[in-house]
Amino acid sequence: MNLQAYVGRRLLVLPLMVLGITLLTFLLSHAVPSDPVAANLGDQAAADPAVVAAFKHRWGLDRPLPEQYVIYLANLVRGDMGISITTHQPVLTDLRQHLPATIELATAAMVLSLLAGIPLGIVSAVRRDSLVDQIGRGGSLLGVSMPVFWLGLVALFVFYARLGWAPSAGQLSPRLALPPFATGFVVIDALLAGQTRVALDALAHIALPACVLASSAVGIITRMMRGSMLEVLGEDYVRTARAKGLAPRRITLRHAARNALLPVITVVGLSFGGLLSGAVVTETVFAWPGLGSYAFLSATSLDFPAIMGVGIVVAVVYILVNLFVDITYAVIDPRIRMG
Amino acid sequence: MAQDVLLNGVRRRRGMLARPIPRSFLRSPLALASVVAVAAWLALAAAAPLIAPYGPLAQDIADRLAPPSPQHWFGTDPLGRDILSRVLYGAQLSIPVGLIAVALAVVLGTLIGSLAGVAGGLVDEAIMRLTDLMLAFPTVILAMIISAALGAGIRNAVIAIMVAWWPTYARFARGLVIGARDREYVEAARAVGASPLRVFVRHVLLNILSPIVILGTLDVGRAILTFASLSFLGLGPPPQIPEWGSEIAAGRDYLDQWWIATFPGLAILTLVVALNVVGDGLRDALDPRLRET
Repeated sequence: MNLQAYVGRRLLVLPLMVLGITLLTFLLSHAVPSDPVAANLGDQAAADPAVVAAFKHRWGLDRPLPEQYVIYLANLVRGDMGISITTHQPVLTDLRQHLPATIELATAAMVLSLLAGIPLGIVSAVRRDSLVDQIGRGGSLLGVSMPVFWLGLVALFVFYARLGWAPSAGQLSPRLALPPFATGFVVIDALLAGQTRVALDALAHIALPACVLASSAVGIITRMMRGSMLEVLGEDYVRTARAKGLAPRRITLRHAARNALLPVITVVGLSFGGLLSGAVVTETVFAWPGLGSYAFLSATSLDFPAIMGVGIVVAVVYILVNLFVDITYAVIDPRIRMG
Repeated sequence: MAQDVLLNGVRRRRGMLARPIPRSFLRSPLALASVVAVAAWLALAAAAPLIAPYGPLAQDIADRLAPPSPQHWFGTDPLGRDILSRVLYGAQLSIPVGLIAVALAVVLGTLIGSLAGVAGGLVDEAIMRLTDLMLAFPTVILAMIISAALGAGIRNAVIAIMVAWWPTYARFARGLVIGARDREYVEAARAVGASPLRVFVRHVLLNILSPIVILGTLDVGRAILTFASLSFLGLGPPPQIPEWGSEIAAGRDYLDQWWIATFPGLAILTLVVALNVVGDGLRDALDPRLRET
């Protein structure tokens, strides 16, 4: 199979996956033994028969289930995910406001964990059982065993309350105004608008939550890179390179590490899901105005349309990230396309 | 000759069962410390009512937000409750919840995955695509959806973990069933006229159970961590019940009273690290097929 065919097939499956996600969320929202009227409208509105009737008609709650799904889908395609009970805004508007902050945080955390995890994995594999390896393994263990919200609080206490190195929680200092909206990513928007001071302030604010969020992904990536590197170091071509008398450093970086990176790429996509889960709790600790804070607010106030919207968006983002990762992988490694 | 081989197999099996924790595993100091730590946590949880200096709900308003002292080793929380006592009682909740959540997910996943593996064809395809979709939802988001629909609480947090995790076990079980269903001993059982159910339960299921249980054991720590996250987000038990995650949440508004969040966090950390080390060790010792490089 050539590359175009592979990408084409994956893109063809994509709408089916998204359709599946909507069916799943639809069934979830209808299978649960809760009253959708009460769950969607809040007490005051649910007491008004006219409002209830209008709501039932709009979502087709008086029709059979398959028909309800079609109506749900039609509303969804028009971007109608309902009105949030807590913010009284269309859910889509809310999501559009909150999604960029989460993507920004998750991306920063992913970049950090790759920057730390890949070199650490290489060194751990080359100097197997050395002090660096031991520390790396201990660190990975701590990373996956530590509650991320607790680490966040400890980090805030140490670096903000005690040392004063980090700014307080939030995305930007209160005295600064958000830069004009372009991409939704505050750091990039500020740079585009030429507001260097705002960009630096935003960077200072994202540093601590991104490090906290990266804590578990670093461990996973270090372990993957180490394992993959150990495998590659045993390959014939590495032995050949050694036999040719190449410098060890060159063998490690050019012959081994480049090939060992391949399987790590897939982990990037898969751990993005964990990163999104982690982002939800991290955001609540750092008052980060992203999807996590929004989901937290809506889940605790039983705001069903809002939390369903978050679910759909997060699942679709996860699928898109993994599609992107798989295609990247196929571009780099032709063996994948054959499968 | 054939009998010899058979007996040999039986003997080796007995040997393995008689020594659930192999000696090589205990030779590593970290592993030994972890086994001790897990045992200690189990003992502390069981003995909490005997050793906790105060009741989990006992309030001493005059002594609220007190730092660690000989009276209150871990200090007191905003309501004047003894944090050490609440941490000890918290173990009584977190450990069983982690075990039960994983057990439910393992049972559900194994049943559905086995069905996919045995049935094959369209059923298999449908179940596998469903797991694909389920895995696109991060655990915490799925749990939030479930809690928003059913309300917060311990039971619903457990349901949330089960719903989020069964697909992983289902995929794993399906792979094992497909690997086992065409083995010679399964065919032999079929040939001597055993019913399909008996063939499945005695010859397929029993043989794939050990790797599934090991995988589940590995996840108990993660389940305890997830439960704590849900509680931290207010999706766990009501606030008066001692639970590590919600106690850490109580410390969120009192950054300067560091002890409120620190000690419950250390409790989670020590227990989960120990569980993870023990789980890894058991996996490597009992089932090398699952070993990571």
